[in-house]
Amino acid sequence: MLPSAIFYTLIKIVVVLSLVLLTVAYAVWFERKVVAHMQSRWGPTRVGPHGLLQPLADAIKLLTKEDIMPSGAFRLIYLAAPGLALTTALLAFAVIPFGPSHTAGGVELFQIADLDIGLLFILSVGSMGVYGIVLAGWSSNSKYSLLGGLRSSAQMISYELAMGLALVGVLLMSGSLSLRSIVESQSGTFWGVLPRWNIFPQAVGFFCYLTAAIAETNRLPFDLPEAETELVAGYHTEYSSMKFGMFFMAEYANMLTVSCLATVLFFGGWQGPVPQFLPEVVQMVLPLLWFALKVLGFLFLYVWIRGTLPRFRYDQLMSFGWKVLVPVALANLAITSLVLAIQYS
Amino acid sequence: MYAVLFFVFAGAAVGFAVNLLVQRHPIYSALSLIGVMASLASLYLMLGAEFVAAVQVIVYAGAIMVLFVFVIMLLNAGEEVRTRRSLVVRQIGAPLIVLLLGLITTTLYRQVPADAVVRFGDFPGQTAGIGRRLFLYYLLPFEVVSILILVAIIGAVTLARNET
Repeated sequence: MLPSAIFYTLIKIVVVLSLVLLTVAYAVWFERKVVAHMQSRWGPTRVGPHGLLQPLADAIKLLTKEDIMPSGAFRLIYLAAPGLALTTALLAFAVIPFGPSHTAGGVELFQIADLDIGLLFILSVGSMGVYGIVLAGWSSNSKYSLLGGLRSSAQMISYELAMGLALVGVLLMSGSLSLRSIVESQSGTFWGVLPRWNIFPQAVGFFCYLTAAIAETNRLPFDLPEAETELVAGYHTEYSSMKFGMFFMAEYANMLTVSCLATVLFFGGWQGPVPQFLPEVVQMVLPLLWFALKVLGFLFLYVWIRGTLPRFRYDQLMSFGWKVLVPVALANLAITSLVLAIQYS
Repeated sequence: MYAVLFFVFAGAAVGFAVNLLVQRHPIYSALSLIGVMASLASLYLMLGAEFVAAVQVIVYAGAIMVLFVFVIMLLNAGEEVRTRRSLVVRQIGAPLIVLLLGLITTTLYRQVPADAVVRFGDFPGQTAGIGRRLFLYYLLPFEVVSILILVAIIGAVTLARNET
């Protein structure tokens, strides 16, 4: 690798990370605003117009709060857990393609790295994310945290399986694990009208993926690891100040990853109408806009679900995962492979 | 640069492995084991075996070790009690380790020609290629292994049922 290429890649990493963190900050504002309007309230209005500077105020608040360490905590693990959660959440953005292939100075513009195993990379990083939560719950020396950590590890292990199975259908259709080739395989249309997105042949797989992914990110209606009515706040009960903030950011970054992945795998990524008569710069940026709009749609869906559905009971959650989601995903996999085998033969 | 990275990750793997044995609290040992697996995955990645690296992380570090940690948390296992080791271990433990390492080294030297060098990216494990191999040439062993795992799962379920 050339030194200049390394330099450009570093710049790319910094830009993507800042964008992700900015989006995370405004996802919180977006959620508070949308939920408030769903409940006939105003939401944040005081800081800046429409409360637009609220994320900044929150950040200052979190940074200046007193940092409390519970007695009897396992120091090293207690301190490392939030960092682990945030790092694994941010790592996933290394392989997500934001736009079509454009090279500048021998470096791909809209993606940090196009790995041959892109999807597996995201899954493996996601499976490491469990440790942040589990270790936080365990090292806090508090029963609420411990119960939250235990619940979350059981939940994440169970739903990871269904999520993986649901994604195999997409992999069968595109024949690659690289996220870029998966998006490229979705270009064109069915019968000239319907875009050739995986959501249409893989609607069942999409449903399974989305359900499992919501459970993986510990969001309502599957937010049992932090069910505030029974567990105070679950695994991060004992965390304060920016260490709590890091868990908070990790949760929203994970939501963003799930939304990006759903867009890439099922909704054709950056694909969308790009008229040829527009200037070249606009043609280059328009796919990014399509990508961002689709991701925003998923973020809205998250908030919408949060504003609509009540929380599951724990045994319901487990039996739903193992008795409904896994069999449905398996059936989807079997049918997809059967159809593809008939097509190829 | 690759050589430096190799020594970093290889050193990390050995360091974590030693730490696993030395630590007295089971959770630290389990975390060290995760460290060993992650370092090994990085080594696979450097050799070009991306698929093996990803599977190493997903299966071992992500699934199996989570269960380990889960059990340690559920049992709330405390620190081990250090005993004075048995007489046999104290006398011949260290010589046996030296003997084992020596045997491995001599076997390696005999098997591998002296001028053979493993270059980085020597094993381009393209995922599609692995899949083709697995399902065309090694289909029978693959299926046999899957049945073996199924038998183990059924056995575990039966044992758990009998307890109650």
